[in-house]
Amino acid sequence: MAPSTRAAAEDDSAAHQAAAHQAAARPAAKPLTDTSATPGPRGLRSRLHRFDVRASPYVFVAPFFLCFAAFGLFPLVWTGWLSLHRVDLLDPDAMSWLGLDNYARLLDADRGEQFRNALGNTVTIGVLSTVPQLLMALGLAHLLNYRLRGRGFLRVAVLAPYATSIAAATLVFVQLFNPDYGLVNWFLSLVGVRPDWYADTWPAQIAISTVVTWRWTGYNALIYLAAMQSVPKDLYEAASLDGASRWQQFTRVTVPSIRPTILFTAVVSTIGATQLFGEPLLFGGGVGVSGGSAHQYQTLALYMYELGWPSRQLGRAAAVAWSMLLILLLIGAVQYLIARRNRAPQEG
Amino acid sequence: MAATAPTGPAVPTAPTPAGPAAPPPPRRRFRPGAGDQDKAGPLAYLLLGLAAVVSLFPLYWTFVAASSTGERVAQSPPPLVPGGELWHNVSTAWEQAELGKALLNSTVVAGCVALSTVLFATLAGFAFAKLRFRGRNALLTLVVATMTVPPQLSVIPLYRIITDLGWGNQLQAVILPSLVAAFGVFFMRQFLLEALPTELVEAARVDGAHSLRIIWHVVFPVARPAMAVLGMLVFVQSWNDFFWPFVVLTQQNPTVQVALSAIGGGSGHDINQAVVMTGALVGTLPLLLVFAVLGKHIVGGITAGAVKS
Repeated sequence: MAPSTRAAAEDDSAAHQAAAHQAAARPAAKPLTDTSATPGPRGLRSRLHRFDVRASPYVFVAPFFLCFAAFGLFPLVWTGWLSLHRVDLLDPDAMSWLGLDNYARLLDADRGEQFRNALGNTVTIGVLSTVPQLLMALGLAHLLNYRLRGRGFLRVAVLAPYATSIAAATLVFVQLFNPDYGLVNWFLSLVGVRPDWYADTWPAQIAISTVVTWRWTGYNALIYLAAMQSVPKDLYEAASLDGASRWQQFTRVTVPSIRPTILFTAVVSTIGATQLFGEPLLFGGGVGVSGGSAHQYQTLALYMYELGWPSRQLGRAAAVAWSMLLILLLIGAVQYLIARRNRAPQEG
Repeated sequence: MAATAPTGPAVPTAPTPAGPAAPPPPRRRFRPGAGDQDKAGPLAYLLLGLAAVVSLFPLYWTFVAASSTGERVAQSPPPLVPGGELWHNVSTAWEQAELGKALLNSTVVAGCVALSTVLFATLAGFAFAKLRFRGRNALLTLVVATMTVPPQLSVIPLYRIITDLGWGNQLQAVILPSLVAAFGVFFMRQFLLEALPTELVEAARVDGAHSLRIIWHVVFPVARPAMAVLGMLVFVQSWNDFFWPFVVLTQQNPTVQVALSAIGGGSGHDINQAVVMTGALVGTLPLLLVFAVLGKHIVGGITAGAVKS
């Protein structure tokens, strides 16, 4: 019994659990196999069993954490280290220490201009794509939640854009938004407007946001739909008895009930918007990396890539990358606070 | 646990009530609005029809452009019915980019990533859902937290690791960093938490089954529908992944997305836009076909278990 007492003495919750399992196992196992008669093998087997019970959870979660450590965390820290140096892409071993200079440069009035431009573009494109996307998804989910004919088809139809890639979707929309012969301008010219979706800042940003919105609205709608289906029906019945209109039921019952899901999608979309890369790159065609002739839709990710690869300045690119993380943390904190503030009146 | 994927999402009859103790009231159909108003009105059909058109039209138009000549695509107003140049364009696109190789590469990459993600996510999800061990909650929080870290932050050192290993331009450079996904772990945990009765695991333990046996004979059979959905989602995501393959692969050994970026990257007026659209069509068609066949199950999977966060 030595191993067992030692295990218990460790005050290890896993050990307790193993013991509990053993205790549970004994009465049930007894009638089946006469364990008391053969103490030798049983001792070994139960020790193996205990080890198995204690170790297997860690074995099961290990692949995730090993992979994350190797390909996520370690590079993340390394990026932080690189951001404090001057590093050339072609000679990455020759690093020279700069301290926080790469970051100071981003904040510098003159030298940080392109960074601030990219930051501003990321924010505007992010808002232009995320907000309409989630609002439309919410409305779509509400409609899909009705009793419908052809519901299966409609659901697959709104999800279809999710199957397209960034590259394919962007290339198609580049055509549709072509200022000269694109379908969008052909339509708009009927009402006398012909925006230049490539060269002008706002039209270009709207066009890029459209690609993002088109690809993700249906996906988010289905996630909302899933959440809406688990809202208790009694709530609607009660609201209906209280004389709430359908719109009031939507705003007072549906939306508050799925608030955690809305927060989840908001966080995920924000993270996605912060990383926008392929859409602006491919939207620009040949000048891709610069994000338009005047950087009018260069995002942070694109700027990072331009610094790191075409310009070969890995240290500065790393500083931009870490700035992205800091910005994300900031946005996350704000979203968390908003979520908490919104929840407070409900509980009080 | 809402009805799981393969049996079809078709009729979302009343999802099981939240508490296991609550007796299931007799209901025939799920009723979203209140009372008798739960049928969609004409306005709902109009809006949903509009949404379906907006969703599908760009896909249809890709086909129109891909089957036209370059001049036809560039006329105003643009064509709205397919032309007869599809095969010619396909062969041109095939010559301009390594599309055949790209399709094969994407299949290999997405297949490997999906298989390994599903396997590891099921193991970890099971552990987080049904096993008790020290540090479980802290580790689970860590898993969720890793979802918020943009992969682009790791790209620069990752690029060095890969080139130091001599894997630049090789498929394993794309596969390895994606072997696991926090989303997958979370997804499987949420599913198994409800779908797998704890008693089942304990009973297997009592019978003396070791962990691998339990995984094989208890967890996998129960988790199979969620594994299928997760596999599909990861496959789609990996197939469509752009940034990292773009950084680490070249046009000699591309995935579909990297090949597409080369066809479309030239831009300007010198390239045949019909051929660009053909490339987009070829790169999207495999997934669209999968969606056409399995769409209901994928939708069902997303609506059934995806996010009960």
